[in-house]
Amino acid sequence: MAIFLTKDSKVIVQGMTGATGMKHTKLMLADGTNIVGGVNPRKAGTSVDFDGTEVPVFGSVKEAMEKTGADVSVLFVPPAFAKAAVVEAIDAEIPLAVVITEGIAVHDSAAFWAYANAKGNKTRIIGPNCPGLITPGQSNAGIIPGDITKPGRIGLVSKSGTLTYQMMYELRDIGFSSAVGIGGDPVIGTTHIDALAAFEADPDTDLIVMIGEIGGDAEERAADYIKANVTKPVVGYVAGFTAPEGKTMGHAGAIVSGSSGTAQAKKEALEAAGVKVGKTPTETAKLARAILGS
Amino acid sequence: MDLFEYQARDLFAKHGVPVLAGEVIDTPEAAREATERLGGKSVVKAQVKVGGRGKAGGVKLAATPDEAVARATDILGMDIKGHTVHKVMIAELSPEIEAEYYVSYLLDRTNRTFLAMASVQGGMDIEEVAEKTPEALAKVPVNAVDGVDIEKAREIVAQAKFPAEVAEGVAEAMVTLWKTFVAEDALLVEVNPLVKTKDGRILALDGKVSLDENAEFRQPDHEALEDKAAANPLEAAAKAKNLNYVKLDGEVGIIGNGAGLVMSTLDVVAYAGENHGGVKPANFLDIGGGASAQVMANGLEIILGDADVKSVFVNVFGGITACDEVANGIIQALALLAEKGEEVTKPLVVRLDGNNAELGRKILSDANHPLVQRVDTMDGAADKAAELAAAK
Repeated sequence: MAIFLTKDSKVIVQGMTGATGMKHTKLMLADGTNIVGGVNPRKAGTSVDFDGTEVPVFGSVKEAMEKTGADVSVLFVPPAFAKAAVVEAIDAEIPLAVVITEGIAVHDSAAFWAYANAKGNKTRIIGPNCPGLITPGQSNAGIIPGDITKPGRIGLVSKSGTLTYQMMYELRDIGFSSAVGIGGDPVIGTTHIDALAAFEADPDTDLIVMIGEIGGDAEERAADYIKANVTKPVVGYVAGFTAPEGKTMGHAGAIVSGSSGTAQAKKEALEAAGVKVGKTPTETAKLARAILGS
Repeated sequence: MDLFEYQARDLFAKHGVPVLAGEVIDTPEAAREATERLGGKSVVKAQVKVGGRGKAGGVKLAATPDEAVARATDILGMDIKGHTVHKVMIAELSPEIEAEYYVSYLLDRTNRTFLAMASVQGGMDIEEVAEKTPEALAKVPVNAVDGVDIEKAREIVAQAKFPAEVAEGVAEAMVTLWKTFVAEDALLVEVNPLVKTKDGRILALDGKVSLDENAEFRQPDHEALEDKAAANPLEAAAKAKNLNYVKLDGEVGIIGNGAGLVMSTLDVVAYAGENHGGVKPANFLDIGGGASAQVMANGLEIILGDADVKSVFVNVFGGITACDEVANGIIQALALLAEKGEEVTKPLVVRLDGNNAELGRKILSDANHPLVQRVDTMDGAADKAAELAAAK
């Protein structure tokens, strides 16, 4: 089953013909992703050869969907053009748009989020500034390394890319149903809560690992959601206890403002909701192992 | 990026928010001419990025140009809550004030939208208003697509219960303030106080603006607004090399890949430090996914140039980039620094995990660099780095 992405997903890549798009399209194909096309209006009608796999280039998301039945788009579009590309995906009503791009201005992400809402949220947005998502053994939509782990019964949702990889690596012998990187920007599409709800409903997920970091109150709200709605065990990790107030720590959204957005407050909220929170990624993995008995 | 008041004033003026004349100076003598230009009287206002400067004595009236020089002499160099005053704004004297209000726009992360806030209780700390009299602070969501036109502004003003005689003037100011917010890619624009003067004008007397650094690609003017003098020299040097670096106050230099992993590394080092005399992380440095030898060398150069650093912890998880490339990058980086004649004497603890970790570790072992120690777990490596820092 997995969440949001399966072996049946037909994936297109917006920005496929750029350097980053080319590199990661090749890797996604190697992981078994069914990539059915790329989008670039200036190269429409051509195709790109990835080690013997011919991937056609279409002029628009709409055309790609009409000709291939695509239901997922992965975006490697530079920040200046990202808003237009996401709006195009929303207009085409593609069910899932995964925005990998880092460095999108908040006025742009707030605008495409508001636009998605106005259009009835027919497109689920993941990201921006995220590594995408992977359903090991089935499909990979983004830049998560495909060979860290195997299919299994842990679901993972994380604000951070490398902590996603670290956690998948720590628990690689158990394996994952899906791992979703939701991104570290102040405004993101899919939230911890959305992923928690999907994992709760997914019969192939037995335990959920949730990784948060400083900034905003997404983890606190996720804690409230877990308390009220999640019956599966949740293990948590929060990064940024030592982050000083008022400094952006790498991710645009990772900032403690005054007394809000601290790691301590997030940890306490999660623990109050019954989530076991590890002090380090390794300890968090141990907590997950203890619950799964493996 | 938070701006000074005078920079906020300039942006307000550019987009039509009503403000008084004002100019920024950094020597007492310049206060004379600036005050003369304003007709002989002025307000001398300390420019610091912290609240409460009025109470601290950072805002003074000057009835003559000579007095302005005296007041500027007092205020320049003054310490306000740990911020030294390097600049003062010489501002036009406000006409007599009848009422003080508060208006702002900001990003509402929780609801993923923008928010207008307005109150007839201006001139004081808005967080205090929000806490003590929350009913006096109107919070109105603003859709990023629809924005704020005069109709929306009237709705905000009505919700905040502004008196009828100022409602239209405040609404007009709210429209121009929204223009500032959008055109400048701001995360916050705040006017406090927005005043009604006895002669019936609406004026923004003080303001705060915070800009989105992710928008710099389309805001070429914003770079000039950076307070380069106040930047930590190591942070400035790192920025010049496109490195994501934040100086902290500890002793263990940190290099890692990925913001989340680096934040986590700081925490793990701080925990480990509890067993080693309380040593702490010296910095945040994310060298990103690629981690080429040159980027690694740039990062090491910044960290080794920090006199506070006693040991360095390089924590890399090989994702797309394989660990053998990272290991080669570290060895080459040390060679690059040696070629530049930089004497590296601080011990490096390296932890490599993930893609091709075995090969990467072997490269480090074979290189047998006297300063490089390999520890293969994140917690173990943090402990070793903390121990080495404590021993120095």
